Order: sequence, then C-alpha cells, then structure tokens
Amino acid sequence: MSENSLAIRKFSDLANPTRFLALADRLLPWLAGLTAVFFVVGLWLSFATEGDYQQGETVRIMYVHVPAAWLSMMCYSVMALAALGTLVWRHPLADVSSRAAAPIGACFTFLALVTGSLWGKPMWGTWWVWDARLTSVFVLFLMYLGLMALNRAIDDPARSSKVSAVLVLVGFVNIPIIKFSVEWWNTLHQPASVMRLDGPTIDPEFLWPLIVMAVAFTLLFFTLHIAAMRNEILRRRVTALRRLAARSAGRGARTK
Amino acid sequence: MIALFFRDLKLSIRAGGGAMIGVLFFMTVVAVIPFGVGPDLNLLSRIGPAILWIGALLASLLGLDRLFQAERDDGSLDLMLMQETPLLFTVFVKCAAHWAATGLPLVIASPLLGLFMNMSEIAIGATMLTLLIGTPAITFIGAVGAAVAVSLPRGGLLVSILVLPLAIPVLIFGVSAVYAAIEDPAPFLPPLMILAAITLFFAVIGPVAAAAALRHASD
Repeated sequence: MSENSLAIRKFSDLANPTRFLALADRLLPWLAGLTAVFFVVGLWLSFATEGDYQQGETVRIMYVHVPAAWLSMMCYSVMALAALGTLVWRHPLADVSSRAAAPIGACFTFLALVTGSLWGKPMWGTWWVWDARLTSVFVLFLMYLGLMALNRAIDDPARSSKVSAVLVLVGFVNIPIIKFSVEWWNTLHQPASVMRLDGPTIDPEFLWPLIVMAVAFTLLFFTLHIAAMRNEILRRRVTALRRLAARSAGRGARTK
Repeated sequence: MIALFFRDLKLSIRAGGGAMIGVLFFMTVVAVIPFGVGPDLNLLSRIGPAILWIGALLASLLGLDRLFQAERDDGSLDLMLMQETPLLFTVFVKCAAHWAATGLPLVIASPLLGLFMNMSEIAIGATMLTLLIGTPAITFIGAVGAAVAVSLPRGGLLVSILVLPLAIPVLIFGVSAVYAAIEDPAPFLPPLMILAAITLFFAVIGPVAAAAALRHASD
C-alpha cells in the first residue's frame, strides 16, 4: 500500500478503517503532547492565581469541575452526531465512534459529579441536593451506563450499532434540559457565567485558567476518543480473524 | 388497526397475558411501604401520592418487555414489518393497546390504594387524573426500550434500566401536580400542562424511534 493511497481528501475517505488507523497513528502523539502542554499550563495557572475572596482555596475545584461538566455534555453531543451518521449516512466509523465515546463520557460525568459534590460540601454545606442541574446530570450518567450495558448485551456490532444509535438520539432530549435547567428552575446551582450572550461575567483572574483547562480537557477527550476508536477497530479485526481461524480450522478437520 | 388494537387487548387480558400481574405488583409495592416506614397515618397521607406514582411507574415497567417479544417469538412481527400501513401507526396502536391493558387498570386501582394511604379526596382525585395523563408517556418511552431490546434473550431488566432515566420527568411533574393540588399556594394547572406536554411529545418521538429500532433489529 503506497503512501498516496492513504491520503485523506474527503470526509468519506475516513470510512476506510486502514486510512483512519494511519491517520490516528500520525495524529495521536501530537494530540497527546498538546494535551500534556495545556494541562501543565492550566494546572500551573490554576494554582498560581489567587483564591476567591469568599470561597478561598476551594474555588480551584472549579477548574476541574466546569470543564468536566462541559465535556460530559459535549461527549454526548458527539455520540448523537455519530448516531446520526450511523442511521443517515451509514458511515462505518460512526458506530465505532459512538461506542468508544460512551465510557469516556461516563468518566467525565462521574468526575463532574464527584468534584461538584466535593465543592458543594464546603459551599452549600451538603454533598448532594436534588437540584435540577444535579439531577439531570445524574440522569445523563445513568444513560451513559445504560448505553454501555446495551452495547455489551448485543455481541454482534453490526446489529447493536443501529439499535443503540436510536437510543442515543432519543436520550439527546436530556442535553437541552441540562443546559437550561439552571434557568428554567431557579435552584441552588448557579446559572451559566462564561457562555453568555452578553460576555462572561466571571473575573479574568478565574477566566484564563478556566479556558486553558477547558481546552486541555477537550484535547484530552479527543486523544482518548481517537485512541479508543483505534482500539475498537483493532478489537473487531481480532474478533473477525479469530472467527476466520475457527472456521478454517473446522473446515480443515472436516476434509481430513 | 382497530382489529390489531382489540387483538392485543384480548391477548394481554386473557390468561398468561400478564396485564393483571401489573396491577397486583402495584398493590403489593404500595402495601409493602407501610411496613417499611411504619403505620403512621399522617406520614402516609403526606407521602401517599409519591408512593402511588412510584408504584405505578415500576408496575408499568414490569410488562414492557412483552410489548414486542411475543410477536417476535411467533413471527407476527415480521408480518407487521411487511405490512403496507406504516410501521409507525402499528407501533402507536400497539402502545395504545398495551396502555389500555396495563396502564388503565393501574389508574382504576389507584383510588383504592389512595384510601389505604389515608389520602384526602382531592389528593386521590388529583393522583388519578395525573396517572391517567402521565402513564401513556411511560408506555411510549418504554416502547423505545422494548424495541431496542427485542432481539435480546433476557431483555427485561435492560429495558427497565434504559427506560427509567427517561421516565424521571414524568414522575417529577406527576407528583408535583398532585402536591400542588393538595397544598394551596402552588398552582395546579402548570405542572399538569407540562405533564400533558411530555405525554404528547413522547407520543410522537416514541413510535418513531421504536419503529426505527424494530426495523434495524430485524435485519
């Protein structure tokens, strides 16, 4: 296979898993390096900046909590896009992508829940409240786990892909609920202070570390996602090869 | 379509259909609660609406895996897939029949259980009304889960896990509407309207997604 045939010009060229693997191999070290750089800068910034006048040192939890929460929603959106790709364009990699993203999304959601609860103890005086935002994120976590259980229950990936894609799209109803829950129900969790139409209301002192950490988390997600997709493709190849070997072994035994 | 409705209804009401088991399960769950929290009538009347709603939610989850399973086992699901009428309507009618066989008995049984829970007349009426409006939504959401898990050998538990998170809004607004009816300052109508909106929303989304899942599960 020459180098030329592996060049990717169109999005549909990615449908060839070999091309994708070649691209992933070339991309992964760079992505991983970039992620490490952003994490070093972000962590340094988040510990170098001053604490809040009211919250003190605990404000630093925000630099992990907020990016993890963003990522938990973005990961589900990526899965929904991939589900659309599976159902509409029948893109072969879309199913791999949505399957690989589910455990990563579950991890980010879990991280957001745990850090949020650690932050809530000193600030709100309780580990957990049944507030609209917290409840809807918890539902998101349950949905990730349910999707993972469904993916495991059907062992044939060709069949599980379409079915779980339908479920991913139905579950997407939850994402706008999470996003707007703090505005529709005015409860304990504070409303959005960074992504607003009239500009962020947060102090630049906190904004910069937050942005750098958000970029670092996003890069981390893409690194993990591409690596997981590569593993999933390789796993499927191994399964296919094993089946082939078993079949030829059976045929060899019969001819003897 | 009407023939299909009555066929499904008859199948689930007759022996082995499991429609009555749902009501029995509902009664058992509600009857177990006083043993857990103690027979304090004031407390029971306060948590009664919530208990009835949770019991109804669990009971309607119980029969969901049978929604398409029996049809798949005897092959009539393939006939429905090949029919000229859109699969969407078939699924919708099947959901309606399933609700009439399993959801409606729950609504009818709820006043009796409300008496056990020492609830006032207004609370019983409100619970019955919200259950009547809310349980179809659970059936429509459940149809998606049932269609997704139809090809699995042991799909029952998985259906519950997949469906429960999506059914939480129904529970929230159903219970809050009942409490709004009992306690004076909160208005009763807004949560009831939202509950009706959720039911209508899932009456559209549910059959579409379930039909898509059934088509892909069969090939």
